[in-house]
Amino acid sequence: MNNEAVYLWDLSVGDKAKVQNIETSDFIKRRMLDMGLIKGTYIEVLQKSPAGDPVAYFIRGAVIALRDEDTKKILVEKV
Amino acid sequence: MTQNKTLDISENDIKKTIALAGNPNVGKSTIFNALTGLNQHTGNWTGKTVSNAIGKYTYNNRTFEIVDLPGTYSLFAGSAEEEVARDYIENGNPDAVIIVCDATCLERNLNLALQIINISNRVILCVNLMDEAEKKGILIDCDELSMQLGCEVVSVIARSEKGLDTLKAKTEEVCDSPPQKFLRKIDFSGCSTEEERTVKYVSASEEIATKCVSFNKAHYDKRDRILDRLFTSRLTGIPIMLLLLGGIFWLTIVGANYPSEMLSKLFNFLQIYISSFFDYINAPLWLSGILVDGVYKTVTWVVSVMLPPMAIFFPLFTLLEDFGYLPRVAFNLDKFFRKSGADGKAALTMCMGFGCNACGVIGCRIISSPRERIIAMLTNSFVPCNGRFPTLIAIITMFLIGGVSSSVGNSLLCALVLLLVIVLGVVITLLASRFLSKTILKGESTCFALELPPYRRPQIGKVIVRSILDRTLFVLGRAVTVAVPAGAIIWIFANINIGNSTLINTVSSFLDPFASMIGLDGIILLAFILGFPANEIVFPIILMAYLSQGSLTEYESLSQLHDLLLANGWTVTTAICTMLFSLCHFPCSTTMISIYKETKSKKYTAIAFLLPLCIGILICFVTKNILSLVL
Repeated sequence: MNNEAVYLWDLSVGDKAKVQNIETSDFIKRRMLDMGLIKGTYIEVLQKSPAGDPVAYFIRGAVIALRDEDTKKILVEKV
Repeated sequence: MTQNKTLDISENDIKKTIALAGNPNVGKSTIFNALTGLNQHTGNWTGKTVSNAIGKYTYNNRTFEIVDLPGTYSLFAGSAEEEVARDYIENGNPDAVIIVCDATCLERNLNLALQIINISNRVILCVNLMDEAEKKGILIDCDELSMQLGCEVVSVIARSEKGLDTLKAKTEEVCDSPPQKFLRKIDFSGCSTEEERTVKYVSASEEIATKCVSFNKAHYDKRDRILDRLFTSRLTGIPIMLLLLGGIFWLTIVGANYPSEMLSKLFNFLQIYISSFFDYINAPLWLSGILVDGVYKTVTWVVSVMLPPMAIFFPLFTLLEDFGYLPRVAFNLDKFFRKSGADGKAALTMCMGFGCNACGVIGCRIISSPRERIIAMLTNSFVPCNGRFPTLIAIITMFLIGGVSSSVGNSLLCALVLLLVIVLGVVITLLASRFLSKTILKGESTCFALELPPYRRPQIGKVIVRSILDRTLFVLGRAVTVAVPAGAIIWIFANINIGNSTLINTVSSFLDPFASMIGLDGIILLAFILGFPANEIVFPIILMAYLSQGSLTEYESLSQLHDLLLANGWTVTTAICTMLFSLCHFPCSTTMISIYKETKSKKYTAIAFLLPLCIGILICFVTKNILSLVL
């Protein structure tokens, strides 16, 4: 717990992190929660799309693509 | 099973209803197809279950009706599909719910499973893709899972139909048993918000998965990640996408050429006999005219021109879909679509539009926000559907690549030009989306969480059978249904005289001044108008109209058609404008009906009609005038 919190967006491909907080609107938050993205969930950055946005993440055994505008609102700590 | 069911006849007569639920991409449709075979009601667009498809199977002499619910991640997040699924489970009174899960990604799947268990009392959990999981070193303890969830758990490999008999047996057993007592219902005491409830579901899924799933390979998804790097990286993502699409077009063009010619020769040969039969029974001239020259010729043209390319295109496209490539297209194109105010998933519905725009429009239900969904629906017809491909291919072959010889070089060139036309269609889609999102559908694009499912080796045999049955025959059947009356009407148009010219001439010369402004002629414009029920018949109408006036009575090959079109004043400009107008004009009637049903708005339906039409007229007008300066 000694790593400082960063946004998911700040991470590079290959980084792993643990979710601290989701600061998005309720609607988007619901979608994230349904993908299993809650506090404490481990995330790995897998792959950027050709335009650099969205980015594919490994979340609970599945590969989920998220957009920059949303990952700029997900607070994580690197592990 | 201890009870003896075969003796109880009255019970056997009662039909049982089973709901089939699950996340998207877990092979739910494969299980549905494997269970029901061809006993299905709706011809749903394979893999994209958007309305409840209903099928039947018999087990122990009893009928089980099975309702295929839309694939969703949750029951409570408010998208149209989730509402359909939840409403059916809660209010449709199914006798049991089969929840299909992906063994390679069980934890995420358990979230939905627990939600369903919470609102049902007879549940069977069906863990599919056990073979894929095994390959990846993922082991699932089904007994433990059954203990944890309090319901029957059946492991299945749907593609090779392993475990389906057990699934049927357990389903019957659960239907006949009292409600399951030990289902794992989540206790929500202390939860005040929806979020807290969701967190409970996710945590419970995690807890169960920890107990039931073990991973024996550290990098079990290595192959998927390598493929993703190939298909979606900055350097190779877009080029490979274009190559794949171009390759499919090329194979379609090359492969369709010969069978098309064979079919039209066969139909011409048969026509001789049919005509002599009509002579033999002394049928009046107008009757054989309508039936043979009108209906028979139009229908056989539609069949011989459309069937071969569809029988090649649909299976190839379905293979890509089965392989798991389409979500990667959405991933690659999301940014471009979003810049236009649309949703990345519009890239998926656009791909569906290549098959059939009406299907693409219905497929737009996968887009969760209403604004983006409407944009995607209104712009779907800018990519050519299968009804328009044959027209485009024929025109490209005849006019743009100089000659009709069937060398490899020519067919490659033809595929390349077609690819350019399609890229143009995509660009227009993006520009039109942008226009819509700046004017009548203002707003920002919203959340995008797209799953990139594991790649799967496509089941080649099944894909071919299913894509021919579901898609090819479905689209062809529709085209033929329209072609029959259209053929008759066109013949009447071409043979009824008003004053000293035929009806078709009267109407087309009325349209001529406007049509020539946009590089077409009256006949071509009339053909697009008459082709409103189905784009497939536009080109046949053009040919019929020319034939009815001219000298040619038999047509066997493209070079003859070329001569016919040249004799009727076609130039390269006409060819290009006809292609552009084919790309951008009002959607066919089936698509229009779908748009009205989906939006329930006369305004948006009208826009769906006018937007592509105005763009088409504008583009054709500009192109014609530019070309007249150059050529």
